[in-house]
Amino acid sequence: MRLTHDDVEKIANLAQLTAQPQEIESLQRDLSNILDLVGEMDKVDTTDVAPMAHPLSMRQRLRVDAATEKDQRDSYQRIAPDTAKGLYLVPKVVE
Amino acid sequence: MPQWETVIGLEIHTQLATESKIFSASSTQFGAEPNTQASLVDLGMPGVLPVLNKRAVEMAVRFARAIDAELAPYSVFARKNYFYPDLPKGYQISQYELPIVGQGEVEVVLDDGAIKKIGVTRAHLEEDAGKSLHEDTQLGGGMSGIDLNRAGTPLLEIVSEPDMRSAKEAVTYARKIHQIVTYIGICDGNMQEGSFRCDANVSVRPLGQKKLGTRAELKNINSFRFLEKAINYEIERQIDLIEDGGAVVQETRLYDADKDETRSMRSKEEANDYRYFPDPDLLPVELSDVWVDDIIASMPELPDARRSRFQTQYGLSAYDADILTASRIQADYFEMVADQCGDAKLAANWVMGELAAALNKASLEIKDAPVDAQALARLLSRIKDNTISGKLAKQVFEAMWAGEGGADEVIESKGLKQVTDAGALEGWVNEVMVANPEQVENYRQAEPEKRAKMIGFFVGQVMKRSKGKANPQQVNALFRSRLEEAS
Repeated sequence: MRLTHDDVEKIANLAQLTAQPQEIESLQRDLSNILDLVGEMDKVDTTDVAPMAHPLSMRQRLRVDAATEKDQRDSYQRIAPDTAKGLYLVPKVVE
Repeated sequence: MPQWETVIGLEIHTQLATESKIFSASSTQFGAEPNTQASLVDLGMPGVLPVLNKRAVEMAVRFARAIDAELAPYSVFARKNYFYPDLPKGYQISQYELPIVGQGEVEVVLDDGAIKKIGVTRAHLEEDAGKSLHEDTQLGGGMSGIDLNRAGTPLLEIVSEPDMRSAKEAVTYARKIHQIVTYIGICDGNMQEGSFRCDANVSVRPLGQKKLGTRAELKNINSFRFLEKAINYEIERQIDLIEDGGAVVQETRLYDADKDETRSMRSKEEANDYRYFPDPDLLPVELSDVWVDDIIASMPELPDARRSRFQTQYGLSAYDADILTASRIQADYFEMVADQCGDAKLAANWVMGELAAALNKASLEIKDAPVDAQALARLLSRIKDNTISGKLAKQVFEAMWAGEGGADEVIESKGLKQVTDAGALEGWVNEVMVANPEQVENYRQAEPEKRAKMIGFFVGQVMKRSKGKANPQQVNALFRSRLEEAS
């Protein structure tokens, strides 16, 4: 499967990555090669194989519902770039 | 112009009433100082692992049972990828291909009394996002504040089939889901605090057309009233648009309650743009039969079952049973009063009458009623055993409501005890007959079938003299024999 120039730009955009114009062609090639590999695997007949959700054949451990976490806001916010009134500050985002 | 048909599906996000978050041990309590309930897991710090809350899974099982849905013996968490500052990890942990709750349905009663089945496509567990505050100017220019207390609160997202055909139907369905989740105790149902949030997918198509029209998704709706208004606005907008030669765009629209309109928010990303994939941090969830049986055994009676039981066990009308089972707390209240005073009809009348009126007047919820079920039951018992008349009981109720004590206390302190002593009653009867010779004469001249009505005057006079304390049945009987005597 060949990805187009636009495909790569769209994927980069969704992943919030900036792809330099000169990188796009090589990314196009590398990503297409990965998809080709997936395409190879796709040829195998998996009719009777249940989809694997996780490589470990174990089941999720569950936690008892108890709020035991202590408030450590001050120490967490010490490493934040910017805070005010207990809030983490980020450049303004408006829909 | 063709006739238009509206098609509505709802996505309802219910915050599960757990103590801690779905993947961390932070508290889920509403209203705390910003970020004081946001742990390293909730902040999306590197190197942390989510651990699933058992109670959240149990609540999903309860819901599946309540809507008679398939329960996935094996379900998987997936990452839904998008970027927004109130989602620190850059993805939301949700369920995609293998949700825990599969196809189910609920029955709703429409305005005309018809019963309609609304399909539930699925319900899945996921984590809530944090909150962004854009409006606070004190944060400095160009900054948004992020509060992650809500991040990681467990949600059960309930997705309906596009089975609803009007805003009213959509509201009826949403109320039904609200009733169910609050009954089974998995959600507090508080819409103001965002515990129960409805998104509506709305489209229109010419009547008779099979293919669905392009839909818009309405968000930001925090009451049933606004849900109805938002959908109705959107239906009109879409019809006007199409009739003017335009086309509906698939998009997310925000409802603005102040202006009563919907506004475009952003083009809704196509589902595959979220690039879902199984979350490697979480293993598949398996439900054992034993565990599921335990959870189901611990479930309370469901609203529909309780409604029919109220009709058969207590002999209530369908209408009364419907009102009394509207919420679990109301049904519990009624049932306790009915069982303790031993008269279901009397209990129903009081709960729907005096109690409802007093709550309404004071703008209180039944859970905050100053007169609790035991107290009301004791008052009604005093009517039953003829200690007080029904009329005076209302006066006693008002005093109890005002905090003047229990029924017996108030009856005692206000001297409202019904007078049943024959001597005292006869005294009043004599007084009334002496004071009203003309009426006595009229009564004796009257046709027997008219007398029953006329006797009310005499009884009323005694009630006045006794300040409502005379036993009306006894007084009635006394007059009957005295008036008939000489005629």
